[in-house]
Amino acid sequence: MATLKDIQRRIKSVKNTQQITKAMKMVSAAKLRRAQEEIVAARPYADKISDIVASLSENVKHVTHPLLNKGKTGKVELIILTSDRGLCGGFNSNILRAAERFINENPELEVSVNTIGRRSVDYFKRRTYNVTGQRPLGTKRPEYSLAETVGREVIDNYTNDISDETYIIYGEFISAMTQETVVKKLLPVVTEDEEKESEEKSAMDGGFLFEPDEEGVLDSLLPKYVEVQIFRAILESSASEHGARMTAMESASRNASDMIDKLTLIYNRARQAAITKELMEIIGGAEALKG
Amino acid sequence: MAEKFLLEIVTPKRLLFSEEVETVTVPGVDGEFGVLMEHTPLITPLKPGELSYVSEGGEVTSLAISTGYAEVLPDKTTILVSSAFTADEIDVSVAAEELSSAEEALSSAEKDSVEATRLENAVDLAKAKIAVTEKVKH
Repeated sequence: MATLKDIQRRIKSVKNTQQITKAMKMVSAAKLRRAQEEIVAARPYADKISDIVASLSENVKHVTHPLLNKGKTGKVELIILTSDRGLCGGFNSNILRAAERFINENPELEVSVNTIGRRSVDYFKRRTYNVTGQRPLGTKRPEYSLAETVGREVIDNYTNDISDETYIIYGEFISAMTQETVVKKLLPVVTEDEEKESEEKSAMDGGFLFEPDEEGVLDSLLPKYVEVQIFRAILESSASEHGARMTAMESASRNASDMIDKLTLIYNRARQAAITKELMEIIGGAEALKG
Repeated sequence: MAEKFLLEIVTPKRLLFSEEVETVTVPGVDGEFGVLMEHTPLITPLKPGELSYVSEGGEVTSLAISTGYAEVLPDKTTILVSSAFTADEIDVSVAAEELSSAEEALSSAEKDSVEATRLENAVDLAKAKIAVTEKVKH
């Protein structure tokens, strides 16, 4: 049976933990606000560039560009985006599990992984995968240059036949409570909704003018498109991470409260029992003296 | 009075500008071009330089932009650039430093390499930054 002292010590330790989880929750809430602002600001750009690529690929059906169609599959490069730190609920394990599932469901593919975020770096380092990139995120806010480097790398791998397709796996930010694990195809570039496009086409029958020419525009636009999609994924992932951590820390704080309540009850009961026992002993002693 | 159309300037970090303008002048890769209402649909890459637009009332505003794209539609022009700076965001002395260091690196860089193109862009952007701030002063 735990002594009063033991219970007191446990209450104190749980209280300390609760203080930490509460502080982490507050920090995450502040970080989430910034990350959310950034992703909201970045979405128009990503959407616009998708629009342009969509109207382009409509207009240049006769042009074949290597980044649009390679006509080959077999080797896949997976970009896996996680956070650097843990303590954010199932956020990272959801993503890593999705990556594992993708690999196991396509045993005929030769998969290489390009890891971003310390969690995925460490995870894939310990396993027997072909790792093409390892990049921790660092403590600063994500920079566009990171997306640029990764974009250039995957395009190089693609054009040099190291990979035939590129996918990116990340947690899309829905709200602070919910993240959705997304597996998205980056290369070859596919435009999202074929049906929607054909409707748009009739609306824009005039066709576009390209300067200098279609190939020139595609040559520079498609790599840009890939970079922007990666950047968007990085920002989505960052917002999701902070949201997930905030939620996780909130429930941890709540659990700590519950545990403190329970322990306090046990402590009080034990204290009561000790007092009763002592009283009984005194009364017993007094009775014996009287007799 | 000239007819107005919507101009949007978007960077990965923000929607910088979204307003009606009368005309806009953009640094395209094949040379600078002006856009008015009812322009033929056009998509072109941009090089770093100075973008200026005339807003309603004839006021001219200049921005320094880096590489990107312009999508021109009859009633709307979208400028997608990796970064854009308004005159009051630019520090001339910092821009001058950027210019000299980029020029120096460029002189030692291998010709026609990826690095050289990147440095040329940096030089153009720094020049544009300086040009934009000088316009405001006068």
